[in-house]
Amino acid sequence: MAAFDPKEFAVPRERARVLVAGAGGLGSPALAALASSGVGVIGVADSDVVDLSNLHRQVIHVTAGVGLPKTASAEEFLKRSGFGGAVLTFQTRLDTGNIMEVVSEFDVVVDACDTFRSKFMLNDACVLAGRPFVHAGVLQFEGQIMTIYPERTACLRCLFESPPPPGSVPTCQEAGVLGAAAGVLGAIQAAEALKVLDGKKTTLSDRVVAFDARHMSFRTVPVSRDPGCPVCGTKPRIDSMEDANYPPEACD
Amino acid sequence: MAACFWGREAGGAVRVTVNGQQKEEANGTTVADLAASLKLDARNIAVELNRAIVKKSEYGSTVLHDGDTVEIVTFVGGG
Repeated sequence: MAAFDPKEFAVPRERARVLVAGAGGLGSPALAALASSGVGVIGVADSDVVDLSNLHRQVIHVTAGVGLPKTASAEEFLKRSGFGGAVLTFQTRLDTGNIMEVVSEFDVVVDACDTFRSKFMLNDACVLAGRPFVHAGVLQFEGQIMTIYPERTACLRCLFESPPPPGSVPTCQEAGVLGAAAGVLGAIQAAEALKVLDGKKTTLSDRVVAFDARHMSFRTVPVSRDPGCPVCGTKPRIDSMEDANYPPEACD
Repeated sequence: MAACFWGREAGGAVRVTVNGQQKEEANGTTVADLAASLKLDARNIAVELNRAIVKKSEYGSTVLHDGDTVEIVTFVGGG
């Protein structure tokens, strides 16, 4: 693969538009770090309301906000913390019908959503819309993180082909998430998003970090694009957002 | 020499590096066997063998050789 210049995706900080898709365990620390980063616009997409059981890891939400939409609660947090830019909220579940329009409004997208389905949908939408994308997932004590430059560096489907079948993986609700593990990963996502905006060459692109809080280990695995990738390969099967590519999850 | 070791010839072992750790595996061990021995569900991992991603459909037929380097990343979907 030819080298590319990450400056191609650089945007001056004060004009930069960052979407945080999901205002939960990963989104909260990511938003907390972005609030004081000087970006121009922060978008927050989430369809959920704040629940008491979220608060140990979703640190931007407060007890008084239980029952509020997470987007509204996140907006309150950003204002409280002195964020001087504009906040755009999308109180909706991102789906094949609206996701392209939403991600296209932003310069970089942070994957802080909580299902495989949404993560693959975001991956595909960002590849198709040409938007850099900072993926992460967290469960219990561990997680993974990777930064993706569309059609330049390995995407989620280069590594994982398709979402795991429903039922093969426990959900946050079933298995739980160590709040601090989500905090580590979400903060790294914010750092990666800012590095993308700054055009840095040292993002976690073509590298996956596997994080395990039990051993406090960060294992970096070099990866590369798969020419057979269904969305960013040489003959992509996915060239638009179709529901058939995102089977519903059991606990969706 | 012809003794059977978990259904395989006990003709020796291969030394491989898995997630940065040296390991000995029986001759003939496949990626699928390795994942199972680590109690990993093959449906939600990505496996890299000597820096190339192994397709899921090839886990059962990909045999490990002496000196191979394997990296396995478990994919978790929470947020």
